[in-house]
Amino acid sequence: MAVLQQKRDAAAARLDALTVATGDFTAAARSDALARVQAQGLPARRDEYWRWTNPAALNAVAPSPAAGSDAGDEFAAFDRIKLVFVDGVFDAAASDDLSQAGIELLSAAGNADIHWAGAIYGTLEKAGQTPVDRPFAALNTATATEGVLIRVTGKAPKPVHLQYIHSSDHSDPILHHIVKLEEGAELTLLESGTPGARFNVVTEVCLSKDAKFNHIRVQGAEQDRQALTHIFTRVAEGAAFKSFTMTMNGVLTRNECVIDIIGDDAVAHVAGAALGDGKTEPFHHDDTVFITHGALRGESRQVFKKVLKNGANGIFQGKILVKEGAQKTDGYQISQSLLLDDDSQFLAKPELEIYADDVVCSHGSTTGSIDQTAMFYLRSRGVPVEDATAMLVLSFMADAVDEIEDEALRDDILSRLEAWLSRHRS
Amino acid sequence: MHVATDLEVREGVDRETVETVANMGSYKYGWNTDIEMEYAPKGVNEDIVKLISSKNEEPEWMTEWRLQAFQRWEGMEKPDWALLKVPAIDFQDQYYYARPKSMEVKPKSLDEVDPKLLATYEKLGIPLKEQMILAGVEGAEDYDPSQRQVAVDAVFDSVSVGTTFKDKLAEAGVIFCSISEAIKEHPELVKKYLGTVVPQSDNFYATLNSAVFSDGSFVYVPPGVRCPMELSTYFRINAENTGQFERTLIIADKGSYVSYLEGCTAPKRDTAQLHAAVVEIIIEEDAEVKYSTVQNWFPGDEDGKGGIYNFVTKRADCRGDRAKVMWTQVETGSAITWKYPSCILRGEESQGEFYSIAIANNYQQADTGTKMVHLGKNTKSRIVSKGISAGKAQNTYRGLVSMHPKAKNSRNYTQCDSLLIGSECGAHTVPYIEVKNNSSRVEHEATTSKVDDDQLFYCRARGMDEEEAVALVVNGFCKEVLQALPMEFAMEAQSLVAISLEGSVG
Repeated sequence: MAVLQQKRDAAAARLDALTVATGDFTAAARSDALARVQAQGLPARRDEYWRWTNPAALNAVAPSPAAGSDAGDEFAAFDRIKLVFVDGVFDAAASDDLSQAGIELLSAAGNADIHWAGAIYGTLEKAGQTPVDRPFAALNTATATEGVLIRVTGKAPKPVHLQYIHSSDHSDPILHHIVKLEEGAELTLLESGTPGARFNVVTEVCLSKDAKFNHIRVQGAEQDRQALTHIFTRVAEGAAFKSFTMTMNGVLTRNECVIDIIGDDAVAHVAGAALGDGKTEPFHHDDTVFITHGALRGESRQVFKKVLKNGANGIFQGKILVKEGAQKTDGYQISQSLLLDDDSQFLAKPELEIYADDVVCSHGSTTGSIDQTAMFYLRSRGVPVEDATAMLVLSFMADAVDEIEDEALRDDILSRLEAWLSRHRS
Repeated sequence: MHVATDLEVREGVDRETVETVANMGSYKYGWNTDIEMEYAPKGVNEDIVKLISSKNEEPEWMTEWRLQAFQRWEGMEKPDWALLKVPAIDFQDQYYYARPKSMEVKPKSLDEVDPKLLATYEKLGIPLKEQMILAGVEGAEDYDPSQRQVAVDAVFDSVSVGTTFKDKLAEAGVIFCSISEAIKEHPELVKKYLGTVVPQSDNFYATLNSAVFSDGSFVYVPPGVRCPMELSTYFRINAENTGQFERTLIIADKGSYVSYLEGCTAPKRDTAQLHAAVVEIIIEEDAEVKYSTVQNWFPGDEDGKGGIYNFVTKRADCRGDRAKVMWTQVETGSAITWKYPSCILRGEESQGEFYSIAIANNYQQADTGTKMVHLGKNTKSRIVSKGISAGKAQNTYRGLVSMHPKAKNSRNYTQCDSLLIGSECGAHTVPYIEVKNNSSRVEHEATTSKVDDDQLFYCRARGMDEEEAVALVVNGFCKEVLQALPMEFAMEAQSLVAISLEGSVG
């Protein structure tokens, strides 16, 4: 029990430095989450769920400093509603007018028991705590200072873009977003940039019947920041959840995605493309996905690709749980890594846990270097080795990028991949 | 003529396969032998450890080794990471040593063994006679007898009752005897190798085994020798409330070859019984070992009562270059199976293979798989695992493939497939993949399904009737593993698995 005590002590130390807001519609959920994280404690090195990612930097009371930088407006080419957060603080001047868009801010939502978000705040996070503890998510629910509340009825006319700017070397924002799509509603959510030197972002996405949610996230190109994100989603009948994340660099990134399919004929796709170069600073990227099928004819896809070089670390922990009675489930999962040199490593745990018999579930995982036959083919046709490498890496990544439905966004992401490859040629 | 719809075809599969698997419930080996036994007092403590050691007339170093293990075990906790619901086991409420009274004075030859014991093995289809093959194997007479000899070491509860073909093996320089005998006769070999693959403190159950193992088999194949026949150990648990803790040590010296078979059964009893074995295999340069198991311990009844709790640690160490090991297992029995036969691929170009069929029915729980630890350059491994769950059973594949930084140019291919029969069972896959260099290639595939519609359609589109198509598809599910088994075992396994579905539809 000594270990549990240490974990709880770590949580207490972290909580000491944070404030649990009271007096608004989130108060009850916050105190509930506070008790949760106090009981769970923060993760320890030997926790199975943190087997390959050392949580020490996330447990620390103060973040390691990281130089601020502003990646600029990464989706400038798109017509969207932009919200800007600087070190986790909403910047009204830099943002679009929200009053027309049906978007509220968590910090400004005030005390209204009837607030629609009150029924969601912390609820999905709490449901996502079994069978595995996610103490950082509970910590987030308890202590988040800012976030957006988006509720959509009908088809949103424009995507919503959350642009993060990292300014202070010591910023440590905790953001909690809530998205609710009413029946048949549609929304595209874009995220870009780095929220802070270290950040903890939780997004709860509640999808009603036949709702369609598209999420495209570009995680900032800053090397030394430490990122921890959770997406919790509940997908109702006929609804579709689709999320794609591109990560380039970062000393530490852990993206968790917890998907609960509760309605029949629902769809959940989650994809990730990570490019890691450990040349100047280490690179450690961890994708942890947990999909629960609890209804009929659900379809889930996980497509994760990583390109790693100069001692970069790639982690994938993906699980598909099919509950008893969730017949005709179709679960698919693929995790692949391309190791461009001998120092990089890829660690994976692709899990299936299945309690229904009429299902088709599969997972695949491969790791290796660039196919020398393909390389030879290109070189024999006069393509220089570096161009050939770039071409092969791009084609390797294509499966993940193809998960993006919108063509313009897909091309945008591809051009970013190409740019990264040309920056990291050696 | 009755034309079956797709749905009916699939239901047909279920029915037939459920029946076949259910028939396994009429456990063939559930009888017990009425024989006078001698027990050590219940429970485990230092005195019991010393008692077991003295019963085996062991030298002092062995007693010390056991005591060291026991001291470590006392401070250890049971592993809880497997996807198993293990009822509380009272380690003090069972016997750790039980031997037939007639074995008090060790028989000098098989002629002196208690006829009751011989009859027991006869009935199990393992006659302890130096005959050409294991009896009861259909079709075996078609084979050239001189090619099909099998030497057997028979373990009954805590002791080995006899070993056949010892002399013939000795001519070839092969040592095949019980481990208690090896400790006395070949202490230099036992001292050199025991505990070097599975250390005393490896895990809770292996440590307990190190302290209280009562017997088991020992094999040494000298350099350059191809073992002239297959070796086999047959484990029988007979006594009630008794745990069986056997230890097997196999050493294949440079350039040698041996194929080893293991079988096990136990009587039907209401109370669960513990079986915690350790198998260590050492494979030197250019040597090859094949280890095949048909595990058919009593699985408990339809309500999940009784059965064997099987907690086994098996590991092979490919120490020399080009060493090869192949594990093949057919797991049909036991109420609980916790078993991960592993390969440490230390030597360059060494190879490890793991083929497994695990069937769980009623309330059986199986958590089984393998570890392939690639340490040397150019090492290769292959994993093929087939899990079948029926009734209320839970079946988990758990495995590790690890490519260390120095294991350049290594390869792994893993395939694990699960088949679910019925809506109350579970099939799970928990693979760990760790790749720490880029010249190696690791591929992992896993699927979980019912019988595949596309495959059925393919067969039927080519003119097969429903019956043939279903039989072919389900048959194919296990084939890769069945084919890896030696002939005797393949036959036994096939009848156990009985996946052949002739006459299933309609």
